[in-house]
Amino acid sequence: MTAVSTPARTRQDSPPQQVRHRRRPVAPYLLLVPTIAILLLALGYPLAWQFWTSTQKFGLAQQFGKPPEFVGMANYVQLFTDPQTWAVVGRSIAFCLVNAAVTVIVGVLVALLMNAVGAVTRLILQIAMLLAWAMPVIATMTVWIWLFDWHRGIVNWALTSLGFDFTNHNWLEQPLSFYFVATVIVVWMSVPFVAFSVYAGLTQISEEVMEAAALDGATPRQRFFSIILPMIRPVLMIITLLQVIWDLRVFAQIKMLQDAGAPLASTDLLGTYIYRLGVGSSDFGMASALSIFVLVLTVALSFFYVLHLMKEDS
Amino acid sequence: MSTATVTEKAVSTAPATRPATRRRFRPGRALATVVAIVVALAWVFPVYWMLNSSLLPNVVLTSTTPRFLPTGGSFDNFVAVISQGTFWPALGMSLAITLTTVVFCLLFAFLAALAISRFRFRGRASFVLAVLFIQMLPAEGLFIAQYKLMSSLNLLNSVAGVSILYIAGVVPFTVWMLRGFVAGVPIELEEAAMVDGLSRTQAFFRITFPLLAPGLVASGVYAFLQAWNEFTIALVILQKEEYRTLPLWLRGFVQASANRATDWGQVMAASTLVAVPVIIFFLIVQGRLTSGLVAGAVKG
Repeated sequence: MTAVSTPARTRQDSPPQQVRHRRRPVAPYLLLVPTIAILLLALGYPLAWQFWTSTQKFGLAQQFGKPPEFVGMANYVQLFTDPQTWAVVGRSIAFCLVNAAVTVIVGVLVALLMNAVGAVTRLILQIAMLLAWAMPVIATMTVWIWLFDWHRGIVNWALTSLGFDFTNHNWLEQPLSFYFVATVIVVWMSVPFVAFSVYAGLTQISEEVMEAAALDGATPRQRFFSIILPMIRPVLMIITLLQVIWDLRVFAQIKMLQDAGAPLASTDLLGTYIYRLGVGSSDFGMASALSIFVLVLTVALSFFYVLHLMKEDS
Repeated sequence: MSTATVTEKAVSTAPATRPATRRRFRPGRALATVVAIVVALAWVFPVYWMLNSSLLPNVVLTSTTPRFLPTGGSFDNFVAVISQGTFWPALGMSLAITLTTVVFCLLFAFLAALAISRFRFRGRASFVLAVLFIQMLPAEGLFIAQYKLMSSLNLLNSVAGVSILYIAGVVPFTVWMLRGFVAGVPIELEEAAMVDGLSRTQAFFRITFPLLAPGLVASGVYAFLQAWNEFTIALVILQKEEYRTLPLWLRGFVQASANRATDWGQVMAASTLVAVPVIIFFLIVQGRLTSGLVAGAVKG
């Protein structure tokens, strides 16, 4: 009740209030100190170190005390003249684009399905999606590795029962089938987010518009491409962008599949390759150079997303 | 919008959007229902299979035909996994790191959110911009440098080392999330209380703070999930076996599976132990996360 009656009163009182706060306030800066301090320590310093190290010769010898030596852009030159790097970059980009595309398409289809069915069926579908979404990534990987297990996995059993001979088929041995398994898993865990976001967008489309279109003789296909798609375009673009960014940095999934017995060199993506360069071979110069490349790529991709969020803030 | 409201909304709008006249049998609708059920089953199957396998003894799991229902199952796998003795230290490590992260992250983010939503000051826009960009930085592009940082600070294999990196990783999005909540409490409420004689601080703690509780819970659970599930940084910083968090502990089982002598029943029991608390917490904040990430896009 007070909330309703007071605004008129406060509005008269507030001008002097605001003048007081406009006088170069110290409070907001003090409030930001802890956040800025931890970001500088845990992200800022490593970032600076990484830039510096990417211009140094910093390998095993430096680990044991030899001072690093400045080599300018040599690490970058060496890195990007190595066909192995391009193989990893190419695979990462292909993997990320394919996964993002499949995820968004399947996600939109699931959202349309949620929109098309009755309340009970929709609830069942939403619960199934939520459970998949809630699974922690390492538990997800463990389960899928069990599903695709070469010896007793249910996937091999099902395919064999259907008449294909998949007895003791090792899915992780060949790069292409390794990436197929990885894609199935990434799509499975990413679709729920897309489906829920797009479904939220679909519920905003007014029923009258759809009915009017139907009365005017628009086919379901026309209704999808001429009404639904343009209306969910903003949400679709943000989601696609986020998927591309997230799929570019898949690490846990690839690492876990490699742990389960896949050849490393032919299945590495950017994350695992950096890990192998840095933690595996202690070649910090090269690992830093490649990390910088990943960061630049991500920041470039994030630009539009951040722009969109800023628009919301103002 | 929380999970509950998503479904509530779905349920409550259903009669309005589908008038009774259209409730007669339509083949298209029936087909959609069948497809939806099949998709739901396909999506839930891995989760079901984890639970099912966790209850079955290894003899059954390694037989030629799979058993689709946990008939004759028991909790023996869980008992075996827990009594191995590595579970409790990993749980303790995960709890210590996660709680440290949640507490500091909430505190820092809360103060920062207050600054950006209650004050207009020089540098505000650049701070928000920086926070949004930092939020997108992948751990995969920084973990080598973070490893060197922690090694030079002598914080490898420690709760503090990992927690510092987690707080920095989670704080940006938490600031962003809380900012929305703080901005959602009308300043007029606070001002009214000040007119009625409270100081600015009193007004804040008596009026605004209680209204922020849901936001703090949602952000806290978000931070919890991030820290609890994190894998990459933990893998790099916690290399000693006795300092493993739960995800690393679970990975140990999968690595052993490469030797082809895995007790899958126990591995699935271990997975279940890691997954169940996460699933419960996740259901609390899910809706908030969706709307936070794509907010604005829906409104157009």
